[in-house]
Order: sequence, then C-alpha cells, then structure tokens
Amino acid sequence: MVGTVEETPRARTLVLDVPGWSGHRAGQHVDVRLTAEDGYRAQRAYSIASAPDDPHLALTVERLDDGEVSPYLVDELRVGDELELRGPIGGYFVWDGSSDAPVLLVAGGSGVVPFRAMLRHHVAAGDGAPVRLLHSARSLDEVIYRDELAELAEESSVDVRITLTRTWPSSWDGLRGRIDAATLAEAAWPASDNPLTFVCGPTGLVEAVAAALVGQGHDPARIKTERFGPTGS
Amino acid sequence: MSTPATSLDHDEDRSTARSTALDGNAVAGLLWDLFGEESTTTVGTCAHCGSSGVLAETVVYVQGPGVVIRCRGCDGVLVVVVERRGVRCVDVLGYATLGAGSSAGA
Repeated sequence: MVGTVEETPRARTLVLDVPGWSGHRAGQHVDVRLTAEDGYRAQRAYSIASAPDDPHLALTVERLDDGEVSPYLVDELRVGDELELRGPIGGYFVWDGSSDAPVLLVAGGSGVVPFRAMLRHHVAAGDGAPVRLLHSARSLDEVIYRDELAELAEESSVDVRITLTRTWPSSWDGLRGRIDAATLAEAAWPASDNPLTFVCGPTGLVEAVAAALVGQGHDPARIKTERFGPTGS
Repeated sequence: MSTPATSLDHDEDRSTARSTALDGNAVAGLLWDLFGEESTTTVGTCAHCGSSGVLAETVVYVQGPGVVIRCRGCDGVLVVVVERRGVRCVDVLGYATLGAGSSAGA
C-alpha cells in the first residue's frame, strides 16, 4: 500500500502499487484475502475505485463494525504493508465509459465506489453521452468522494444528485430521503431514450430501484445491478 | 386448514432472507474457480421455470454453511457449493443449460 485517503469517518481509500497488474475494466472488483498468524483466512470482494487510466489501483473500503476484514483495512493497514489480492474479477457490472444512450448510475452508500471508476474513465475517454449519478447517503459526512463528485459536476457534463436519508444541514439544498419511485420519476432518463442503468448498493435499495424503474417502463435488460452486504464466509 | 398460514410464514421467511441475499457478482471469484473463467456473464436456463439469465443476476446466499444460488424468477435452487476439508462439493442441479450458446450479457 502506497497511500490512503480518509473519505468519511467510516470509509478509507487504499492506494496500492500492484506489481504485474494486468489492468481492469471500470466496475470490476478484487478479492482481498487476509491470513492470520494461525493460518485462519478471510476473503472479501471490494470494488475497484480507480479508473483503468489511473496510475495506481485504489480500493475504497467502508468499515462494518462487526466485520472480520473491513476494520483491519480501514483502521489498521499502514502504508508499506502488503496485501494479498486476486483480480480483476467480474465481467457483468462493468462500463467502458462510452455509450450511445444516456447513462444513469444509482448508488446507495459505498455502492458509489465502482461508479467513481466508471465516471473517471468516462471523463478521461471524452465520451459525450449524458451521464447522471444519483447517490444516496445517510448524512453529508457519509458521502464518499463528496469533493470529487462536486468537482465532477462542476467541470464535466456529469450530473450529480445526492440525496441524504437521515440527517442534513439546514442549508442543504439537495434531495432528501430514500431513493424511491418519485425520486426516480424525476431523476431517471425517460424510458423512451433507452437509457443504460447501473444500480449498486445494499440489497434493499437495489431491489427497490430496479423494481421502480421497471414499473416506469424501463427495459429490465438495460438495468444492471450489483448488491453488496456482509458475507458470512 | 393450516396451509394458508404456513404458506404465509414461509413467504415471510423467504422474503426476509431475500432482503439479505446478494447476487452473482458477489461470487464472481468462486465462479471463476469452479468454471476456470469469468462466468458472471454466462447465461443459464433454469430447469425449474425455464427462464434464462446471466449468473450475475441470480440470487445468492452466502451466509449459510455453503453458497446457494437461486433463480431470480422462481427461487428454485440452481447451484449449491459446500467446502469441506479443503474440498469443494459443487451441485449444479438446477440448470437445464449453462453457457451453451450464450451470447447475451457480454
């Protein structure tokens, strides 16, 4: 590990120098394996936060308080430490940055991580497709990549909309509350434009968003989903 | 006479379980181990209901003693993977076809 970035009180980006890294596609993940001194192993999948064009591989990890792996990665791992990785993995929830139709990215919490890779790659590729990110977080403090997303909205054609679900400052002029059918009716591209949609977040959010979009006439085959949650293994 | 209640309870249990289930993306590494290549875009046809779809969109339970992969359409069991003493036991009992002629989803 060659660097870290504190993204929120619970999430940290690990910047990694990976010898022999073969490159990846935006949206893919890696498996991180930890081995304890007694030989006990735990493995978890983390989305890649860096674009294929970036010089280093980056993972953004959110701490699950009862987790076996994430507290170590967020709180303990130090610059100079080594990590056992396997990847890149996955070929479904990927986007190569260009599209002939509008693109909607819907993120719940750390579900925004693969979208950072996609958005960076999209901007680097100079693709002109309209892209909108709809990102839900519990509070302003918990918005991962807050500054970068604000810059992206300022400097590129990417439209960023953030909704805060639990608390918001009195000055907050963004969206409030969970992403629901009404939010999507307002923020999603018209179904008639045949948009490409990616949804990543906790299972409940993904199921609700996908069902609402299909209910609003979107083609299920154009909606790609990725669910994350604690794993028992 | 208890059938409706039992059925309801069962549905509630399943619905609760489903709210914590993941999808095929979460076991992409395991699928790679099993099939020797990237397999989340592989298309399979469910032997229970006949619907077809990519492995990435299946319903995946990882919190039990093994991994259970179910059909998103009918909830039928497609694949069960259990590891015991370093040996993986793989049961691909619920797919009528898997991979053959898959062209979609890439």
